[in-house]
Amino acid sequence: MNIIEVQHVTKEYANHKALDDVSINIPKGCIFGLLGPNGAGKTSLIRIINQITGPDAGQILFDGQLLDQSHISRIGYLPEERGLYKKMKVGEQLLYLAQLKGLSQKEAMDKLKTWFVKFDIKTWWDKTVSDLSKGMQQKVQFVSTVLHEPDLIILDEPFSGFDPINANLIRDEILELKQKGSTIIFSTHRMETVEELCDNIALIHKSKKVLDGPKREIKQQYKTNTYFVEYRGELRMDDNLYALEGVRELEEGYQKASIHLLGGITPNQLLGDLVNQVEIRSFGENIPTMSDIFMKAVNEVPEG
Amino acid sequence: MRNIFLVIKREYLVRVKKKSFVIMTILGPLLFAVFYAAVIWIAVGSVELKTVQVVDESHLFTNEFKNTESLKFTYLSAPIDSAKKGFQTSGANALVYIPKDVIKEPKSVRIYAAKNVSMELKSGIEDVIEKQIEEIKLSEAGITHKILEDSRVSVKSETISLSETGEKASSSGAATVIGGICAFLIYMSVFIYGTQVMRGITEEKTNRIVEVIISSVKPYQLMMGKIIGVALVGLTQFILWIFLTASLSSVATSFMSDKMAKEAKTVTEMQQGMPANGMPGGNVPNPVEEVMGALGSLNIPLILSCFLFYYLGGYLLYSALFGAVGAAVDNDADTQQFMLPITLPIIFSFVFAQFVLRDPDGSLAFWTSIIPFTSPIIMMVRIPFGVPAWELALSMVLLVLGFMGTIWLAARIYRVGILMYGKKVTYKELAKWIFYK
Repeated sequence: MNIIEVQHVTKEYANHKALDDVSINIPKGCIFGLLGPNGAGKTSLIRIINQITGPDAGQILFDGQLLDQSHISRIGYLPEERGLYKKMKVGEQLLYLAQLKGLSQKEAMDKLKTWFVKFDIKTWWDKTVSDLSKGMQQKVQFVSTVLHEPDLIILDEPFSGFDPINANLIRDEILELKQKGSTIIFSTHRMETVEELCDNIALIHKSKKVLDGPKREIKQQYKTNTYFVEYRGELRMDDNLYALEGVRELEEGYQKASIHLLGGITPNQLLGDLVNQVEIRSFGENIPTMSDIFMKAVNEVPEG
Repeated sequence: MRNIFLVIKREYLVRVKKKSFVIMTILGPLLFAVFYAAVIWIAVGSVELKTVQVVDESHLFTNEFKNTESLKFTYLSAPIDSAKKGFQTSGANALVYIPKDVIKEPKSVRIYAAKNVSMELKSGIEDVIEKQIEEIKLSEAGITHKILEDSRVSVKSETISLSETGEKASSSGAATVIGGICAFLIYMSVFIYGTQVMRGITEEKTNRIVEVIISSVKPYQLMMGKIIGVALVGLTQFILWIFLTASLSSVATSFMSDKMAKEAKTVTEMQQGMPANGMPGGNVPNPVEEVMGALGSLNIPLILSCFLFYYLGGYLLYSALFGAVGAAVDNDADTQQFMLPITLPIIFSFVFAQFVLRDPDGSLAFWTSIIPFTSPIIMMVRIPFGVPAWELALSMVLLVLGFMGTIWLAARIYRVGILMYGKKVTYKELAKWIFYK
């Protein structure tokens, strides 16, 4: 079951196309990474899902229904450019934002109390936002994003501006929200975050979707049938089994080689061959990192 | 609807709770009361004793110049040349020279003074001389003082407005004052609250909170919520002002009433001293009382309700435009280039208002009170003088259409502008935004 189905969405601005026939499915209960270089069209897509702007063509389904105003209270959105009313008090501001998302004053109050205890920020209630540090403001804004317990949480570069301790805190909260059944969309170009947290990804480049699916499947798809071996000794090539792609000197006479297997050859055959030649320290498959995949996918797209 | 109400509530409370609002609310009427008191003070306090020396070679005016509280006449027997020499050291404010043959050559009278003399003094002296010569000439012609007195008939007219409800006394003086005040208040409030809307929108944009808000509220609702919220702030301020001013000025009036009674006496004395004014002495109305009394003759409920209507209409029309500017730019500094075309009609209407006050039924008055961009100020100037119902209705309908138009326009610009950063916007671009899907 998908919480969001983006179907053939196109969005054009005066002088450029922001999204060109993009279709993406976002399954319920996953952490979804929306990736792409700057200016690829991520923010445009997020704004369309948030109903800040509308698509020129195509449609969006939310939980199987055509996206409409009633879904607004089921979405929480943390934009990349964080912003709060600078001269408003923290408590009042959070109450206001929560009420705009459809909570009653009392519900909002109860939920806020829980969060203020959880984040240990009770003393902030009567402070003016401009008196808080940037990191503190980020925390307040995170609370405002998730307070109404939305089914879908959209986070645009959520970790930017947090120190490592607070980043961990937020990461744990995100995982907890996922446990509770929320779906989380990450828009980011930080590949470590994607590697660590995301279950599914979509990659947008130059207004087009170039790649999407579960992270593991994509990694499989991008595997090049290459293995690495760290060894000592003389490695002799067997052109019928494999091709040596590169050798790098390590410390204490060890070397690390990257080996591409030819079709139909199993890793065991390779290992059997290697054992006879050199002293092996470690051996494993080269699994592409998200960063590799990102670079590769982006570079594969023809210019223009 | 719930959301727009929440936005209105926030915009209203944030502003009303501000210190500057509280200060302005208290200071406004205080300033007004001080101004009011100062006007009366100046009117009364200008009674400063001036000495006027008279060299009367004709000997026709001996003791004709009567001393008043503000003027003291001394007669010099010295010839004019030595009087002129002595004038500098005498400390007198003016020297009047009446030559021998003044009856034949009335234009030969001279007034010497260190500085320019006031019109009041000049015409007062001229009046006395004219009067005296006139009397001399009349008696030479055989007309006695008695006949003259009998022939003098005082005519004083009262302006009466004719309307379906019958005759009622009106005072163009009071209408001028009320019309002027209303026009000024609307002029000020359109500026003050219009720019508040603009600032608020730019603030949301530069704070980047706008993206969070419009993920819950439609841009149109956010804009309207802000406009209505600020309008209510303005109304609150007016109501508090009217209330506070009324109580403060009643205090000021009672404090000043002594002074005013004295002033009325002075006026009477002056007029008796210079009978040329044509009114038999004694029956002199206090001008302040006259205005106050005339207030009663104006249709206050109509003026108040029209004031509210034109304040709201004018405010909505212009604040929408101000709001569009706020949405189009990134910071306050960039607003200048778009402000001018919006502020010009407001300033023009305030300038036109001065002419309309003098001629409230002319064609300038008619057209500017019909066109929505000038009508909020101009119509308020005209209403105290009385405006035909159809003109009022036409002006109101056009104003409503006008602000609906500017709000529509502003909303089109707003929804694009608030998400547009780091771009110097041109008029051409704004026009494009209006026609975006």
